[in-house]
Amino acid sequence: MTQLHSVSIKDLSLNFGSVGVLKDLNIDVADGEFLVLLGPSGCGKSTLLNCIAGLLDISEGQIFIKGKNVTWEEPKDRGIGMVFQSYALYPQMTVEKNLSFGLRVAGLPKAEIAKRIAAAAEILQIGPLLHRKPAELSGGQRQRVAIGRALVRDVDVFLFDEPLSNLDAKLRSELRVEIKRLHQKLANTMIYVTHDQIEALTLADRIAVMKGGLIQQLDDPLTIYNRPRNLFVASFIGSPAMNFLKGEIGGNSAGPVFKANGLDISLASYAAQQPLPFGRAAIFGFRPEHIAIGDAPGPTGRSSPATVDLDEPMGADSLVWLKVAGKPISVRVDSGRRYQPGEKVFLTFNPNLASVFDAESEIRI
Amino acid sequence: MSLVNPAGPRGRRPRRIGSPTSIMIYGILIVAAVYYLIPLYVMVMTSLKGMPEIRLGNIFSPPVEVTFQPWATAWNSACTGLYCEGIKVGFFNSMKILVPSVIFSIIIASVNGYALSNWRFKGSELFFTALIFGAFIPYQVMLYPLVIITRELGIFGTLTGVIVIHTIFGMPILTLLFRNYFVSLPPELFKAARVDGAGFWRIFLQIMLPMSLPIFVVAVILQVTGIWNDFLFGVIFAGTKNFPMTVQLNNIVNSTQGVKEYNVNMAATILTGAVPLLVYFFSGKYFVRGIAAGAVKG
Repeated sequence: MTQLHSVSIKDLSLNFGSVGVLKDLNIDVADGEFLVLLGPSGCGKSTLLNCIAGLLDISEGQIFIKGKNVTWEEPKDRGIGMVFQSYALYPQMTVEKNLSFGLRVAGLPKAEIAKRIAAAAEILQIGPLLHRKPAELSGGQRQRVAIGRALVRDVDVFLFDEPLSNLDAKLRSELRVEIKRLHQKLANTMIYVTHDQIEALTLADRIAVMKGGLIQQLDDPLTIYNRPRNLFVASFIGSPAMNFLKGEIGGNSAGPVFKANGLDISLASYAAQQPLPFGRAAIFGFRPEHIAIGDAPGPTGRSSPATVDLDEPMGADSLVWLKVAGKPISVRVDSGRRYQPGEKVFLTFNPNLASVFDAESEIRI
Repeated sequence: MSLVNPAGPRGRRPRRIGSPTSIMIYGILIVAAVYYLIPLYVMVMTSLKGMPEIRLGNIFSPPVEVTFQPWATAWNSACTGLYCEGIKVGFFNSMKILVPSVIFSIIIASVNGYALSNWRFKGSELFFTALIFGAFIPYQVMLYPLVIITRELGIFGTLTGVIVIHTIFGMPILTLLFRNYFVSLPPELFKAARVDGAGFWRIFLQIMLPMSLPIFVVAVILQVTGIWNDFLFGVIFAGTKNFPMTVQLNNIVNSTQGVKEYNVNMAATILTGAVPLLVYFFSGKYFVRGIAAGAVKG
């Protein structure tokens, strides 16, 4: 190995019978990195986390943690701590006993256990709760205790399995910030599974978007958001979702153009991965905030007419649904101006920030 | 302007007490209850009468002169075949069979259920299916082979023999019961305990057991009533000295010498039935829960 990674997954596959759940995955997680595994349910992200934890035996490949091959190791010997969606606190034990269970199993001296619990309680502010049972705690407190249970183990890698999914929206955003703060403070490697893209975008150093047991894209959040590698990543990330127009790539004197239903969008400033294949069917994707809306045609003459269908005010901004070239699209606008259904407006696309996909392979061009 | 009538219905809708439906329901329930209570009533009344009063033949009339002598006779000196030491011998025999059988069968079945739900091994589903299949084979088919097996092992006609038989025959239903219960516990608890480094026995004893009180209560009820009411295994495997209470009761009631002492027979029967009756009485809620747990999931 040239570089010491915190967690390395090599050619990992997992089959349940003849069903391939994870297919030939390779991921290297740097020391202190926050990696988020993101995907729809059933994509294998939790399964992958269970494999890393050693709770599931893999079919093929290897797992390294801190340079040590742990492929056949028991979970407790892997140097990991895990936090579960349902908290998984031992219901008959007090918070203190929950925290100390693993340490008692490991046979640590009492003084050391007390010290570690005090430290974890301090960090997570659960000191006053130590003598309560889990049933007497609120959801947020329980999840804090669950994090504490990983914390006291003094491990290299934290594994989070959708830890915030059982909490209400307000608590979720609070604990999200706390987890981020915890990561900054501890600088441990963290692998975090979620289906919530906001959690992924806010927490991650890098996001692995998964689907069907395969990693679709592994990049930092901004790259994932702005330059999705395929149609799935583009449509999965972003709320409200990205708009897509079907058409084909054409060309004129001014450069390449995307043509759809009489709509021409210049691709002159589009940063293509490869020379644009003229005449090929393609999908033009753009985010609602990457499009300008005006009451009159723009000076360049490159704007397209559209009709307002619906106006959804969301507080800070509004989402306006429009019909352009017969297709519905959404545009995010300042909430100061309200649009009436049927109103005529003009749109200016920004090909810089758009994504063009091959219609057949669905790969970014 | 629309007209609003302030005198119309307001607040909670009143309950109608004498509706035909509720009269029907309560009527049927009362009839059913009376139907099942009459035999018990007759038994209790008869057991409190002296023989002269019984000969009058009024089985429904309460005793004119209440006597507890039949109860004492049934307990202390009723004749079961050759011996006349009462049904108390059977009571203590039943206890000697019951307590170890219940304890062993529940310990083994709970570990079985735990292993089958959390520690799946290759062929564990097959093993489970085979075990459950055992519950559907009629006992009679297995009696003769079992007699030979216990004879070869040298435990035929002993207390150990009948305890082993009860423990084995408790396995299918109890394993099913425990497995279904452990499957219903959150699997993440088990995973968390494994990450914490706990092994097979520690997870079972320190995590699973403390959460399983309800299902243990159910298992105890099932086993206590089942083993107490058993006649077949007791009469075959226990040996004459260890006949359980049900067998002794049969011997008292069916002994052909002299006058049939109905009052003693009734008292002995009530005494024999008292244990499961009390168990049902004090734990009906758990019992129903256990039956439901076994029936719905699986």
